[in-house]
Amino acid sequence: MARTVRFREALREAMIEEMERDDRVFLMGEEVGHYQGAYKVSEGMLDKFGAKRVVDTPIAEAGFAGVGIGAAMVGLRPIIEFMTWNFSAVAFDQILNNAAKLRQMSGGQLDCPIVFRGPNASARQVGSQHSHAMEHFYATVPGLKVVAPAFPADAKGLMKSAIRDDNPVLVMESETLYAVKGEVPEGEHLVELGRAQIVRPGRDVTLAAYSRMTLVALEAAAELEKEGVSAEVVDLRSLRPLDEGTLVASVERTHRMVVVHEGWPYGGVGAEVADRVQRLAFDALDAPVLRVSTLDVPMPYSAKLEQACMPQPERVVPAVRRLMARGKA
Amino acid sequence: MPAEGPTTSSPDTQAPPQTRTSADLERLGHLYGQMLLIRRVEEESARGYAEGKIGGFLHLYIGQEAVAVGALAALQPDDYVVTTYRDHGIALAKGMSPRALLAELYGKSTGCSRGLGGSMHMFDKEHHMLGGYGIVGGHIPLAAGVAFASKYRQDGRVTLCFFGEGAVSIGGFHEGMSLAALWKLPIVFVCENNEYSMGTPLSRSMSVEDVSLKALGYGMDRDRFFADDVLEVERRMAEAIRRAREHSLPTLVEVRTYRFRGHSMSDPAKYRTPAELEQHKKRDPLARARAMLVEQGLGEARIAAIETGVEADVADAVKFANESPEPTLADLEPTTYKGPFAY
Repeated sequence: MARTVRFREALREAMIEEMERDDRVFLMGEEVGHYQGAYKVSEGMLDKFGAKRVVDTPIAEAGFAGVGIGAAMVGLRPIIEFMTWNFSAVAFDQILNNAAKLRQMSGGQLDCPIVFRGPNASARQVGSQHSHAMEHFYATVPGLKVVAPAFPADAKGLMKSAIRDDNPVLVMESETLYAVKGEVPEGEHLVELGRAQIVRPGRDVTLAAYSRMTLVALEAAAELEKEGVSAEVVDLRSLRPLDEGTLVASVERTHRMVVVHEGWPYGGVGAEVADRVQRLAFDALDAPVLRVSTLDVPMPYSAKLEQACMPQPERVVPAVRRLMARGKA
Repeated sequence: MPAEGPTTSSPDTQAPPQTRTSADLERLGHLYGQMLLIRRVEEESARGYAEGKIGGFLHLYIGQEAVAVGALAALQPDDYVVTTYRDHGIALAKGMSPRALLAELYGKSTGCSRGLGGSMHMFDKEHHMLGGYGIVGGHIPLAAGVAFASKYRQDGRVTLCFFGEGAVSIGGFHEGMSLAALWKLPIVFVCENNEYSMGTPLSRSMSVEDVSLKALGYGMDRDRFFADDVLEVERRMAEAIRRAREHSLPTLVEVRTYRFRGHSMSDPAKYRTPAELEQHKKRDPLARARAMLVEQGLGEARIAAIETGVEADVADAVKFANESPEPTLADLEPTTYKGPFAY
């Protein structure tokens, strides 16, 4: 039996279940306790677990990210909430130089079982400093794992797996997904890190996406259906590790791929997917792998311009048409 | 500067010479041996660097030995230590073997971090030596997190966090201090003020030269003293450690010291005069401890036995490091992730 649950509730269920299961797990961040969460993800958790395990912090991301890493290396399992991933920029040193390096620079003596989580990428008209797609910076770092669910069931299952993982795992949520409802299985529900999922089967082109862009890809696929183009949508779910097996198998069926992601076009997760697919499935491809990303500028405030900068179905569909037209002229 | 706030002992005072019991004398002999071991290991490190056996950065602890040895003498074995990249002396004082330390410097798989960390990353989980860190101030919140875990678990352990006065200007210091004071964590912040952050004297890097005053803004206890006498360091540190263990309250301790070598091996230290260096060498805590042992009658034979023992340990460690194998590529993926590699 499945229940219909909002994305934020699915995340909350995951944290509550894991905190009930393991008293080493605690939640720390700005406004997670008394305020009930800036986006209400942790609503009610302070009452349930008390201030020892739901810890409000001052505005000091480098400080509390570091505290989490220090606690993790002596055996606790912290969940560190960034009010948004944008603010993790001031804690980047902690994640890059401490969380990702501890195991190797200690010769394998110490581990860092920690989860960093929060909303990532664009929201609505929050301007250039609050709209970053931070996963691209982090996914390049060996020592880290990065996941970006699109649906409540995956949000719950990936969060639970992240908390149980013995490595640093970064969970990229989305402010624009928190209220979205979806079916979540009853009872224990875990999703393994590193497994993509085909969320819509198709024959002619593969649309690879993650987080909210999976919904954009699905919209584009519905539009393409009207034109007689059958698009397969692969929801990556996990960015590091990346499920190249599922991507390659899909392209071997469809022979075309468009990667849809937020964030700039220079480098990043989309470029990584394109590199792997052309390397591993060159003979299966009928056309170059294309990417539909955020435009190569800081995110503007203007509602109209913001929409124009972000990937939209209206930009995905023409990209697919270009691929379909190739070789027919 | 008014010294207001919760100070526990008056800064800048030196304890008068104390009458020592025979137990004190034995203890001083033991601490002298530890300081000498650090001095000699560092001298061998400098030699290994000159011979090309040690690469990268090498920050020597020579001159500062009384800080590590005195502070860690006041700790329990289960207590935690976190420090900066000038970490050799602290690692040895926390119980790391000279073999593991020198092998790490030589980049060998028998090193404390399997030759993957190097000079700046001395880790010894068994002895609760939680590392040297290479980003100035970045380890200070980390150390607060270790103390947070002790309070969370109520394990009664204290964390000592060492850093130089050069770290006092960066955000990590202030965020770590702020959170430790807010949450009343069982930690002692130990600022090893050796007067220079690399080549910049304190007078050109800070508006207030008394580092311990930073504690006042956080409502934290503080102390400030010279590291000439290792027993005095131990005594003063013991007060701060007791405050952490019994009352779960942090302290900022500024220990005034001096490094006799440059910042790292590539630094000829031209920013200070030979006269200044010679002046400080007259206060060498190692020489001072030895003179006290002689004066108070430990006996040349006992002192010689300590020194012979240290020389034997150092020679053994150098031989061990020389003869140990290097790590291989196969060591890298398993030390990057626990479990399957995430690609």
